[in-house]
Amino acid sequence: MSMTPFTGRVWKFGDNIDTDVLAPGLYMKSPMAELARHCLEAVEPRFAREVRPGDIVVGGRNFGMGSSREQAVMALRELGVAAVLAPTFAGIFYRNALNLGLLVLVCPAAQEIPAGAQLTLDPAMASARTETGKTFACEPLPAHLLQMVAEGGLLPHLENKLRSQQVREARR
Amino acid sequence: MAQPAIQPMTLAEKLVARAAGRDFVRPGEVVTCKVDLAMMHDSGGPRRVAPMLERLQAKIWNPDRVVVISDHYVPAVDAESAGILDLTRKWVKAAGISRFHDMQGICHVVLPERGHLRPGMFVVGGDSHSPTGGAFGAYMFGVGATEMCGVLVTGEIWLRVPETILLHWSGRLGPGLAAKDMILAMCARLGMDGGRYQAIQYAGDTIAALPMQERMTLSNMAAELGAQAGLIAPDAVTAAYLRSVGVPDDTIGGEGWQADPAADVAERHDFDAAALAPMVAAPHSPANSAPATEHRGTRIDQAYIGACTGAKINDLRMAAAVLKGRKVAGGTRLLIAPASTRTTAEAAADGTLAILTEAGAILMPSGCGACAGYGAGVLAEGETCIASTARNFRGRMGAATSKVYLGSPYTVAAAAVAGEIRDPRDMLAGGGAA
Ligand code: SF4
Repeated sequence: MSMTPFTGRVWKFGDNIDTDVLAPGLYMKSPMAELARHCLEAVEPRFAREVRPGDIVVGGRNFGMGSSREQAVMALRELGVAAVLAPTFAGIFYRNALNLGLLVLVCPAAQEIPAGAQLTLDPAMASARTETGKTFACEPLPAHLLQMVAEGGLLPHLENKLRSQQVREARR
Repeated sequence: MAQPAIQPMTLAEKLVARAAGRDFVRPGEVVTCKVDLAMMHDSGGPRRVAPMLERLQAKIWNPDRVVVISDHYVPAVDAESAGILDLTRKWVKAAGISRFHDMQGICHVVLPERGHLRPGMFVVGGDSHSPTGGAFGAYMFGVGATEMCGVLVTGEIWLRVPETILLHWSGRLGPGLAAKDMILAMCARLGMDGGRYQAIQYAGDTIAALPMQERMTLSNMAAELGAQAGLIAPDAVTAAYLRSVGVPDDTIGGEGWQADPAADVAERHDFDAAALAPMVAAPHSPANSAPATEHRGTRIDQAYIGACTGAKINDLRMAAAVLKGRKVAGGTRLLIAPASTRTTAEAAADGTLAILTEAGAILMPSGCGACAGYGAGVLAEGETCIASTARNFRGRMGAATSKVYLGSPYTVAAAAVAGEIRDPRDMLAGGGAA
């Protein structure tokens, strides 16, 4: 994904959004398109139906707590969510998101961003601005992680790494 | 073996330093660690990593350091779950992985039970309850499938050296109390993010007195505290357990893996075991815990004793202590899914199983079952369940409107008998069997 600034509509959620509401166990065997239709339905049934590609999810504390299932991240990506902003993330979800190329930014005041706002996000500057001009600072991602997200996650990154290893070995 | 410390280190720091090939690490540093063991299950394992490895055209760095355990979709209930199990079997064979346990129980219980863990190891698991391994003095934590793929290819993983949060328990647990009550009390006090993705260490005389299975419950639910790891320093109890599962004496090596007395911890929280009452977590969070008496009279449709955290042999014995000579209430069902096939065998041998089934419990296969809503025993819309599992998130055990309470096996068994939530101590010795 591109790391240039983009604008998306905000979907707002509270504290402790868990992996089981992001990717419900009942649909874990189903294809991703089907699983994603149930993403967050236990807390906001409208979300999966109405979210549009490029929209931004704003969560509360400990976003993504619970299971290590990557489907929690994949469901958001499947629905086209461009980024998740939250004051804190659960550790495994956070690593999974970066590994799968979903932009996640720690934003201490995220809960002050109004639901439905048109939020312009600048990943490189780690800042967000609403259409009314209110700005929200995020913690910048280390450059190599931002780069990995831009590449699409850990797999493309590994692909590059393995390829350059092969090149080196071939030169020997 | 642990290096002699240059400066005092916590247990977490020593474990990470060893895996990073360093004499000394400090919290906050990012280090790359060599992985001693990688564990995957059928849900997050082969079915997810196989296509990734194929795309990378990469081989597993060392198949002898990989353990695969099928537990989430066992036994298969439909064509999809059967397909997942079939894929797992075939992939394991093709990948040359010999440490494969198919339908033998839940990964976090099977892993130590089959002698794969020992103190000092650095282990990643493809499951969020991987901190269970910390009960053995191993640094073990959960990762997603993509990160697991990275480990399988490189044998390494990056880590921010964690701070240590000391959770100190003193005093004796009263009758009818269990590790589950302790961890629910900790969830209530610290919240679901109190662990801040750092390393928890449980310590104190209460912990030292706990059997291995109860320690595993605490480490397991370090996940519910939001910690990366949940460590307990190995001692004679650890060594005795490992010996009992066939780990050779000379490889147990627990002595070196203790925190230096002068090591800095980031936080310390003290708990009094003697003051603890049986705890129940109300829907939809383990942090929503309060003494069971506060929920007295809450009607339940299903009682479930299962999961890595709540159906080990000690858990079944706790349930049996309540159920002996009693019957499950009419209109209530009690499902019991022993955590492993070995657990079932042990419970059969010592008479525990007979007590459970005579009380009217329905025995289920060993596996994750209804815990995460993947297998059999899930809930209908509007139903209420009390479970010995680790999580009661909305919709986790079935329909989105179902409700799950959490409690110890004593508390779950007592609720099955009463048809409603009770303080289980009313039904233990002195409480008078019916
Ligand atoms: S029993 Fe439940 S908590 Fe344990 S590994 Fe299985 S699904 Fe996860």
